[in-house]
Amino acid sequence: MSLDEYSRREFKQVGTRVRRPDGVDKVTGRALYGADVTAPGMLIGRILRSPHAHAKIKSIDTTAAEALKGVRAVVTSADFGVPDDDFTRDVQDNCMARGKALYDGHAVAAVAATDSATAKAALKLIKVDYEILPHVTDVDEAMKPDAPVVQKGRVQENVPSGYSENVTAHFEFGHGDIEAGFAKADKIVERSFKTAATHQGYIEPHACLAAVTSDGKADLWCCTQGQFFVRTLCADIIGMEASQLRVTASEIGGGFGGKTTVFIEPVALALSKKSGRPVKIVMTRDEVFRATGPTVSSSSDVKIGMTKDGRITAGLATLRYQGGAFPCGTTEFGCSAAFAAYDLDAVKTLGWSVLTNRPKEAAYRAPGAPMAVYAVESVVDELCRHFDLDPLEVRLKNAARKGTKSSYGPTFSDIGLVATLEAAQKHPHYAAPLGPNQGRGLSCGFWFNFGGNTCVSLNVNTDGTVGITEGNPDIGGSRASISLMAAEELGIPYEKIRTVVVDTNSLGYNDVTDGSRVTFAVGLATIKAARDAIKKMCGRAAKMWGIDPEAVEWKDGAAVPAGPNAGKFPPMTLAEIAAVSAKTGGPIAGHHEVNADGAGVSFGVHLVDVEVDKETGATKVLRYTIFQDAGKAVHPDYVEGQMQGGAVQGIGWALNEEYIYGKDGKLQNPGFLDYRVPVASDLPNIETVILEIPNPGHPYGVRGVGETPIVPPLAAISNAVSHATGVRMTELPMSPPRVLKAITDGA
Amino acid sequence: MKSIPVSTTINGDPHEFLCAPDETLLDVLRNRLGLTGAKEGCGTGDCGACSVTIDGRLVCSCLVLGAEAEGAEITTIEGMADGDQLHPLQRHFIDEAALQCGICTPGILVAAKSLLEKNPDPSDEEIRYWLAGNLCRCTGYDKIIRAVQAAAAEMRGA
Repeated sequence: MSLDEYSRREFKQVGTRVRRPDGVDKVTGRALYGADVTAPGMLIGRILRSPHAHAKIKSIDTTAAEALKGVRAVVTSADFGVPDDDFTRDVQDNCMARGKALYDGHAVAAVAATDSATAKAALKLIKVDYEILPHVTDVDEAMKPDAPVVQKGRVQENVPSGYSENVTAHFEFGHGDIEAGFAKADKIVERSFKTAATHQGYIEPHACLAAVTSDGKADLWCCTQGQFFVRTLCADIIGMEASQLRVTASEIGGGFGGKTTVFIEPVALALSKKSGRPVKIVMTRDEVFRATGPTVSSSSDVKIGMTKDGRITAGLATLRYQGGAFPCGTTEFGCSAAFAAYDLDAVKTLGWSVLTNRPKEAAYRAPGAPMAVYAVESVVDELCRHFDLDPLEVRLKNAARKGTKSSYGPTFSDIGLVATLEAAQKHPHYAAPLGPNQGRGLSCGFWFNFGGNTCVSLNVNTDGTVGITEGNPDIGGSRASISLMAAEELGIPYEKIRTVVVDTNSLGYNDVTDGSRVTFAVGLATIKAARDAIKKMCGRAAKMWGIDPEAVEWKDGAAVPAGPNAGKFPPMTLAEIAAVSAKTGGPIAGHHEVNADGAGVSFGVHLVDVEVDKETGATKVLRYTIFQDAGKAVHPDYVEGQMQGGAVQGIGWALNEEYIYGKDGKLQNPGFLDYRVPVASDLPNIETVILEIPNPGHPYGVRGVGETPIVPPLAAISNAVSHATGVRMTELPMSPPRVLKAITDGA
Repeated sequence: MKSIPVSTTINGDPHEFLCAPDETLLDVLRNRLGLTGAKEGCGTGDCGACSVTIDGRLVCSCLVLGAEAEGAEITTIEGMADGDQLHPLQRHFIDEAALQCGICTPGILVAAKSLLEKNPDPSDEEIRYWLAGNLCRCTGYDKIIRAVQAAAAEMRGA
C-alpha cells in the first residue's frame, strides 16, 4: 500500500470524548472475562510445575492421580505430538515440558477433575523423577563458553564461535563509518547498563474454557490478545483443522503483549479431548509470574561521541538480551529502536539473543525498545551534562526528521519527534524550579507500530443503525474508536453504531492485538468498509432515482445527486435507504480485507522530576509530563490513557519491578507483594500533551499510540535520579537499596 | 471435609449456600452464586480486585472464608447500581475514561464507595492512599483519581 492514504478533513465526531460501549458492563461487574464462564459438566484443570530451574524428566508416574476419585484426565507431553516447525514446537514445549524442565514453574503434567480441590490433590499424587541439571539465569553468565546449556542445537548460523550454545542469534544494524565518527568527537562516553526482567503484570490471570466433542469439533473461550493466533497455535498443537476449532476472546483483563501467545489453552483442549468434558483452567498469580512471559532482562554497552556544541558524531550499542529458555526475537527490535530518535552519520547496533533457565519471554509493550533506549538516552544525558548543554536542545539538534535515514534502515517520512521536543521545551514543567535532592530527567522514545492482517464487516441494519464486526480484542477502548471512525465516515451518530469483537468463525484472519495496530489497521479497514457500504448505498439511491450510480455522492449521512446535472432529488439518508433495502437488492454491508502497511512510527518525549531520600535511597516521582505524537487522536481520553498507563509501567520498571532469582534458580518473588507494581499512592498525576502530525498511511492520519509511552520512562527517571544524587545510575530497577549503595559508593 | 450451611444477605437479597470450610468468600460468590463481578487477581489480598464489603467494612473477599459470611450483610459490585440507575462513581468512571481493560474496576469502585461513605470530601492524596490496595495496570491511576473526585463532588452536591 502506498503512503498516500491521508487526506485533510474537518472531523465532526473523531476527536470527541464519547462514552465507551463496554463501559456499563465493566462498571457493573457484568462484563465476562476469561474466568467468568462455566459450561455444563465442566471440569477444573490444574497444572503441575517443575520446582527445579533445570532438570531432566526421567519419568512421570500418573497412576495414583488417575486413580483418585473425581479425576477424569491426566496429560503429560506424551499426550501431545511433536510439531515439525521450531516455532510451534517451542510454544508447545513451553506449555508442557518435553524431556527437560527448563525453568522453575515449567509445566510438566496436568489434571482435570470434578473440582479444584480434587485437581489439586491429584497433582500431589503425580510422581516425577527429576535429574537436576546445572542452571543459569543471568544473561552474561549464560553467554560464557562453559555455561550450562539450556537447549542444544538452536544456534543460528551467523553467531560466531567462542560463545556458549545459549547464544542463539546475533543482529547487526547501522550505517556510516563508526571509527571516523568517534574521531570527530570532543568527548566519548562509554557505559555499561543492566535492566531486570519485568512482567506485564495484567491483573487478570490467564484463563480458558475448552470443550472438545467426540466428532472432532472444539470451542475455546479464553482471554487473549488474538483469538485467530490462538486458533492457529492450538490447531497445530492439537492436530485440528482451523474450521473445527472456534476460538472466542473473552473481555480481556490486561495484556500488554503478554497474552499474544498460549500457555494453558492447548493443555485445556488436551484435557477436554481426553475426558470428553469441558475443562476450565485458571492460573494462579504464582503461575502467572513463574510460567508466563516476562520481558527480557538485558546487559548492554553504549558508546557515544559528541562535539562540544552537541552534535553526536557516532553511536555504538551492544545489547545482550536473555529471553528465557527459548530463542527470542525481541533483541532485533531493541537493536532497531536504540538510536531511532537520532539523525546520525555513523551508527551501529549489535545484538545477542541468549537462552537462560527462565520462563519464555513474551512481548511486553514495545518489546525490546525500553532497555535499549534507556542505555542510549542515559549516555546522551551524560554527554549533555559534560558539556553543560541543554538536553532538549541537543536532542533537537540531532533529532530524526522527515528524510532521515533511520539507524535501522528505512528513511522516515512525516514524523513527530521535533514537534514533541518543541512542545516539551515550551511547557512550564521544563522551566519549573527544583528543590534540594530533586532532579529532572528526560528521554525520547520510539516505537515502529504495526499494521497487519485485518478484516472488518460493517452491516447496515434496516432501522438505520450499523453493526461492525471486527476481530481484535479491545484492550484499551478500541471499540469506541472504531465506532467513532465509522460514524465519521458514514455521517451518522456514534450512538447508532455497535462494534463487537467476534470469534474465529465470523471473520477472516485478523492479526493479534499488538504493535499498537488496532486503531490504525482496524480503523483503516473500518473506514474502507464504510466506504464500501456507502458505494452500495449510493448505488441503491441511483437505482431508485433512475440515474447513473456515478451521479450520486454521499454527504452528511445521505445520498445526494452529484451536481446539478444529476437531476433534482431530495437527500436520501442512510436510514431511508436501509429501510427499503429489501426492495432494492437486499441487505447492505461493507467489507474490507487488508494486510495493512504504512502504520507510521511514533515518537514521544517524557519529562520527570524526582526527589531522592538520601538516607533511604527511596525515589519519589514528583511531576511527570508526556508529549507524544498520536497522528490523530481518535478518542483523546483513551490516547491519554495509553500514555499514562505506559508511563506508569515504565516508572515501575525504573524504580521497583524485577524478577529476583535465588542461587537455586528459583523465582523468589512470584506475587504482587514482593513484585511491586506502582500503586496509586506512589504516583503524581500524569500530565499529557498530544501532538497530531498526520500519518500519511492512514485516511485520518492515525498512528498507533500504545507502546511508545513505556519506552522513555526508564532513562528519563534514571537521568532524574542521577541528577538528584549526583551519581550516574546504570542499573534498573533503582530500588532503594541500589540507589543507597550508589550514593554511598559515589561519595 | 463436610460442607457448612451459611445464611447471609448479599446486595439486600437473602442467600443460603453450602461451602467447604476452607472455601473463600470470593469462590463462593463467583462459583456458587454466579456473582462474577468480583475478580481474583492474586488470591493473596495484594490486588484488591475482589473487594466487597461485609457489614460495611471493605475487605478482600479472597482473604475471607465463605463460612464467615454467616449472618452478615455483604455488598458486591453487582449491588452498586440501583436498577438502571448507575451510582455516581460508576457514571463518572465511564465519563472520565477511568477504566481501560476494566478488570480492576469492580474492586476499585467498591473501595472508592467505601471511602466516600467515610470521607465525602477526600483530597487527591487521601484517595491515592485509600486505593493503594487496588492495583490497576492500565490507567496509571490518573483518570481514576479524577473520576472519584468528580463523583464525590456530585454526591456532595457541589
